[in-house]
Amino acid sequence: MWSRRQGRLRPVVCGVEELRRRGREREAVLRKARREQQLVSKRLLRDDAPEEAGEGCVSAILGETEVQQLLRQAQRGTEEKRERALVSLRRGLQHPETQQTFIRLEGSMRTLVGLLTSNQALLQLEAARCLHELSHSEQSTVAEACLPATSYLLTYLSSHSSDFIELCLYTLGNLIVESEAVRRQLLPQGIVPALAACIQSPHVAVLEALGFALSQLLQAKEAPETIIPSILASTLPQHMLQLLQPGPKLNPGVAVEFAWCLHYIICSQVSNSLLIAHGALSTLGLLLLDLAEAVQRSEDAGLELLACPVLRCVSNLLTEAEVETVGGQMQLRDERVVAALFILLQFFFQKQPSLLPEGLWLLNNLTANSPSFCTSLLSLDLIEPLLQLLPLSNVVSVMVLTVLCNVAEKGPAYCQRLWPGPLLPALLQTLFFSDTEVVGQSLELLHLLFLYQPEAVQVFLQQSGLQALERHQEEAQLQDRVYALQQAALQG
Amino acid sequence: MQLPPALHARLAAGPGTAEPLPVARDPAAEAAPFRFAARPVRFPREHEFFEDGDVQRHLYLQDVLLQVADVPEKPRVPAFTCQVAGCCQVFDALDDYEHHYHTLHGNVCSFCKRAFPSGHLLDAHILEWHDSLFQILSERQDMYQCLVEGCTEKFKTSRDRKDHMVRMHLYPVDFRFDKPKKSRSPASPGAGTQASADVQGNSGERSEGDAMEICTEPAVASPAPVGERRTYSHRIPSTVCFGQGATRGFKSSKKKTKQC
Repeated sequence: MWSRRQGRLRPVVCGVEELRRRGREREAVLRKARREQQLVSKRLLRDDAPEEAGEGCVSAILGETEVQQLLRQAQRGTEEKRERALVSLRRGLQHPETQQTFIRLEGSMRTLVGLLTSNQALLQLEAARCLHELSHSEQSTVAEACLPATSYLLTYLSSHSSDFIELCLYTLGNLIVESEAVRRQLLPQGIVPALAACIQSPHVAVLEALGFALSQLLQAKEAPETIIPSILASTLPQHMLQLLQPGPKLNPGVAVEFAWCLHYIICSQVSNSLLIAHGALSTLGLLLLDLAEAVQRSEDAGLELLACPVLRCVSNLLTEAEVETVGGQMQLRDERVVAALFILLQFFFQKQPSLLPEGLWLLNNLTANSPSFCTSLLSLDLIEPLLQLLPLSNVVSVMVLTVLCNVAEKGPAYCQRLWPGPLLPALLQTLFFSDTEVVGQSLELLHLLFLYQPEAVQVFLQQSGLQALERHQEEAQLQDRVYALQQAALQG
Repeated sequence: MQLPPALHARLAAGPGTAEPLPVARDPAAEAAPFRFAARPVRFPREHEFFEDGDVQRHLYLQDVLLQVADVPEKPRVPAFTCQVAGCCQVFDALDDYEHHYHTLHGNVCSFCKRAFPSGHLLDAHILEWHDSLFQILSERQDMYQCLVEGCTEKFKTSRDRKDHMVRMHLYPVDFRFDKPKKSRSPASPGAGTQASADVQGNSGERSEGDAMEICTEPAVASPAPVGERRTYSHRIPSTVCFGQGATRGFKSSKKKTKQC
């Protein structure tokens, strides 16, 4: 299911060390961008393999005269000659300098738009590719020069040529992230209805491109106010959920895009009850099961790209008040979800540890108000695997302890299943950690354990629990609780 | 991280909800100084909790670079000719043919041969240009529908509609799929340019022979009355070839061409 995706990644053209270095650099850049809330990415669809560009037609920077000449050649002559002129132009436009030259030439965009709207298929396609190169530019002036074309790009979304539509969508997706000004033009031009009509396409490539463009729109800063309401009011949510239904028709590339779209919508907290009413929880729950099954079959390349947004969506949806009141299949009650989540946690542990906190966040939201899911944790023997995650990092430790507190706070019937067992030794270990939050959460858990399972106190004392507590009695955040536990232990 | 073997079996088995153990809380559990309260947590968009996953997402986006070498080859078929009467373009790949067909023949007005990107725009065109009933009705009610997908506004004249599209939808003033009909005026400025795009002979060189011309004048071709065949076309695609007695395709007086 996932192997197809690997074929589309860029082939390795340099050494592995170099790749890793570039990867780390790029990651650092992206982190910085995210902290400044400027995380945007454009996508480039380019059909020339670098080797091809080398033969014959060299991709060189074009000067003003050359651009003018090519544009003239593109407007008259045989279709073949015109197409070749456009191909040369397109190759030149791969260079930022040529892009600047192009946009400064009077009438150039006008000509390009004319070719885009001609009804000669090959010219249309080449003109669209030129536009696409321009849309990918990091310079705002270049991307904004494409604005005159947007009404046509949108119009062509309801045409029937899937390659062409795909190209238009990626171009739109690039332009969307360029600036709020661009989006202020695209929204009144009807981008939402156009996408809603286009999402009914059966073509996988079109759907993936559409998901990308939509995710770009949803990432906009102003999305919660100006974009998400109209998207929720359209038929897009139903179609998105349909495309996320597990089964033979599920396409991973498509699903990834729409899962991210859903995440941006849900975490904006605009109207999640609508999504719940459309069955989002049950669809996403089933998708989680599907992902866990893919892990078991070892068909998991790139799976974290889909697992991440799905986990986030379910976690956030579980916080909606409707979840408690809405009945039947709209809720999430199937204990297989817990089993699936642990299989995914194990997968993250091995392949992508940075996603463990997100998985544990879902576990917290599943167990917090659900005696049933807490019982599942116990009956499926998942306490011990959970404890294995404790040493990984402070964030993970706090979350594991929180989940255990969710179980323990439900009362004696639950604590009796937590102890005797590996829990107490593990807790004693965490008392040796230095992080205040980790220790604080351990103290909370100890308190619950002592309250509901008093026999544990003796063992705690025998295993030098008091000494472990003493380490923290000076710590401001922990003092009161340490003292209370010491008292409880001594009296018990 | 070791998982109990029975877990996989549980996943494979049917859906089910665990019968919860009895819940019995002691108020002392929440007594100060302890403050734990079980509750679901939500994170908003920009929360730093999402940083790692977001960065992974964008690394993925930036890594995807489609190359012909990697994408499966377009399936090639034995060369065939476009079957539309009068068109002799040859193809050896179905994708190319699909694009050609839909661009050139897909939504073509049978009266004036203009091609449109979508059925929606073609329908609007035929109604407004070739339907005399439309003309009559439009004198009494607002008939010109906004061309933007999803907008249901209607207007008295095409001029009003254009104003709406420009003002409300930020469409270009010279949007190429919304040419206003001009009444018959042989001497109108743009007509000359249009006519010169006609094919008088089938020379290899011709100017932009498209429905959507590059120059800024609005289209001024006289509308063809319903059912009457035009004596000239202001746009003949270069892929159309003429032989002796060749016709221009659609003879029927059907309102529009449907794709087979």
